[in-house]
Amino acid sequence: MTARHRAPEPDQPDLERPSRPGRRRRGPSGMRLIWVYPDLLSTYGDRGNLLVLERRARLRGIETEAVAVNADQPVPRTGDIYLMGGGEDLPQVLAARRLRSDGGLAAAASGGAVVLAVCAGYQVLGTEFGGAEGEPVQGLGILDIRSGRGERRGVGEIVADVDPELGVPRLTGFENHQGVTMLGPAARPLARVTTGVGNGDGTEGAYAGRVVGTYLHGPVLVRNPGLADLLLSWVAGPLAALSGADEEWARLLREERLTAVAG
Amino acid sequence: MGKLPLRARLATTVGGAAGRMSRMSGRGDGSVIGGVVGLRMEPDLLRLLAAGRQIVLVTGTNGKTTTTRLITAALGALGQEVASNAFGANMDAGMASALGQARSAPFGVLEVDERYLPATIDATAPRVVTLLNLSRDQMDRAAEIWLVARRWREALTDASDTEVVANADDPLIAWAASGAKRVTWVAAGQRWREDSWCCPECGSHLLRNEIDWRCGECSFARPAARWVLDGDSVIDPRGRVHELSLTLPGRANRANAVVALAVAEFFGASLEQTLPRIREVTSVAGRYTQLERDGRMLRLLLAKNPAGWLEAFDVLAPPPTPVLLAVNARVPDGKDTSWLWDVDYRVLRGRPVLVAGERRIDLAIRLEADQVHFRLAGDVDDAVQQVPPGALDVIANYTAFQQIRTALGRAE
Repeated sequence: MTARHRAPEPDQPDLERPSRPGRRRRGPSGMRLIWVYPDLLSTYGDRGNLLVLERRARLRGIETEAVAVNADQPVPRTGDIYLMGGGEDLPQVLAARRLRSDGGLAAAASGGAVVLAVCAGYQVLGTEFGGAEGEPVQGLGILDIRSGRGERRGVGEIVADVDPELGVPRLTGFENHQGVTMLGPAARPLARVTTGVGNGDGTEGAYAGRVVGTYLHGPVLVRNPGLADLLLSWVAGPLAALSGADEEWARLLREERLTAVAG
Repeated sequence: MGKLPLRARLATTVGGAAGRMSRMSGRGDGSVIGGVVGLRMEPDLLRLLAAGRQIVLVTGTNGKTTTTRLITAALGALGQEVASNAFGANMDAGMASALGQARSAPFGVLEVDERYLPATIDATAPRVVTLLNLSRDQMDRAAEIWLVARRWREALTDASDTEVVANADDPLIAWAASGAKRVTWVAAGQRWREDSWCCPECGSHLLRNEIDWRCGECSFARPAARWVLDGDSVIDPRGRVHELSLTLPGRANRANAVVALAVAEFFGASLEQTLPRIREVTSVAGRYTQLERDGRMLRLLLAKNPAGWLEAFDVLAPPPTPVLLAVNARVPDGKDTSWLWDVDYRVLRGRPVLVAGERRIDLAIRLEADQVHFRLAGDVDDAVQQVPPGALDVIANYTAFQQIRTALGRAE
C-alpha cells in the first residue's frame, strides 16, 4: 500500500541549484522523503511535516519524491529525509518492534540520512521507552535518549529556544504526551523550554548529527519553517530565501501563536 | 415508570423550573441547566429517572446526535412517547434533563459522550447500547482512543442484559462490542481508517481490504453482519434489499440510518414501519439546515474531526458551489489544531473557498500546503457578501458552528 506521490510541477522557474555538501547523491527523482509508518504513527497531523518539506523544496526548484511506508513494508535505506510521527501506546510498541526487525531506518541514519521524529516517534528513536502499562520497551538506539512515563500528561502550547548552534528561531508548537525523556552524553537538547513541558527537565527534544527528535507534535514544521529549512539544507546545501508572500501565512501563524502564549 | 423518591421528584421539579427560566431568559436552550440543578440536589437522579424505562444509549465519535434523532423517529412507529436529549447535551445533566422532561415516556433514547458511556451504562441499565465508530477527536482532552475502547469493552462485558448494536466495519468498535453477551452487527462502513491499523486485541498489524479486515496474528476478525449498508440501500437480516432514499445527505447518514433501523427492529418495529419515518428527518440540531441569507442559500454542516470532515466533503454540492470553512479551537473543539493536517483538502481544488473562524490562519496555511485557493472571511455574513447569490455550503467545527447558527438566528 505504498502511497507514492510526486510533488506537482514547480510553480516558478528552477532556481539555481546550490552545491550541496550532503553525503549522498540525489537520484534523478530528486530528494527522497520517506514517511515512516503513517499507518501507526501519524495521530497528530503528522502529514503536515511532509507537506511543508515538499512545499519549501518545490518553491526552491528542488524536486521531491515522497514515499509513505506502512508497517508491513520494508523501510528503504536510500532516503534523504525520514519522518516519523506521533501515536498511541499500542501502535508505538508495534512500530518499534517492526523497525528493529526491519533495520532500514537505523541503517539510513547511520549512513547520514536526516531524521525528524516527533513525540512517540521521538521516543522510539531512543534506547528505551514506556509501553502501554509503563513497562520498558526497547527502542532503536538511534538517539542517545531514554524515555519513561511521567506523573501527568503535558498538554498545551509549548515554546522553546533552539540550541544556538543550529541557528533556528524559537520553536512554537503543541505538545500532548506523558513521556519524560533523559538525554545521554551522545545527544544534545534541541531546545530549552520557556513555556510547556518538553523532556521534563527544562529541555525539549534532542539531536545528534542529522537526527532530530521533538515533543512538538504533528506539524511542528508548519509553525517552524526555520527547522524545516535546516533539514532541507542538510541534504541540499544552503537554501535561497523564500519570498515574503510565500512566507506570509507561516509568519502570521507564528506571530499569532507566540502572542497567544505570551498573553 | 415507578414513583420517584421525594428528593428526586423535588430535584426534577426544581431542575425543570431552571430549564424553563433558561429558555425564557434566552440564556440557553434549557437542555442542560435543568439537569445540572437537579443533579446537584440528587446525584443519583439519572439512575432514578431511567429506572423502569427502556433505555437506548448511542455513542461514537461521529453521528451520535443524528443517530439519536433517527432512532427516536423510528421508535415513533410504536406509538409510544420517547424521551431524548435531541440537541446533543450528552453528559449526565443533559440526559437527566431529557428524562425529567418526559416523565411518563416508556422509552429513553440518549446520546452519550464517549467518556461517559461506562458510568451511564451503570446508571441506566440500558436495553440497547449503540456503538457507531471511534476515531481521533479532541485528543488534547480525550483519552487515547484505544483506552476509550477498552473502557467500553469492560463496561459492556459487565452489562449482561444489554443488546449491543455495533458497527462491524470499525475494528475498534468490533473489539469494544465483542465483550458483550449479545451483539447485533451492522456493516455500516468505515471511511476513515487511520486509527485502526493496529489489532486492539494483540497489537499486531491488521490486514484490510475494501470490505474485510482481520488480524495477521491472532484470531480477531470482522464479525459477520446481520444488517448491511450497500450504497444507497440496506440489506436486512432476511436478505431483502431496500432503497434508503433519505432526505439527510451523505454516506455517513445512510450508515446512521441502518443502525437506527436495527435498533428499532430490536423493539419490534419493522423496517416497513420505520424507514418512512427515518426518511422524513430533514435536519438535526441545526446540522444540514438550509437557511436563506441575502439571496444565498446556506447549508450548515458540522465536522469536528478528520473523520467528520471526510464525511462532510462527501455531502458538498458540486463545484462551482462555494464553500465556507470555519474553525475554532476552544475547549469544546480541542485546543490543538494539528488535526487539520489529517484532513485532505485537495478535493476542494477548483471551487471558491472561504475561510473563517478564530483559527482561520491555521486553515489558511493548511489550504496553501494543499494548493487550494481561498479567501479570508471575517464571519459568515462577510462570506455571504463575498459569494454570488445561490448556494453556499458551510462546514464548521463545534463552537464555530454554534457561532454561525447564532449569527443566522439559531434556525432549526
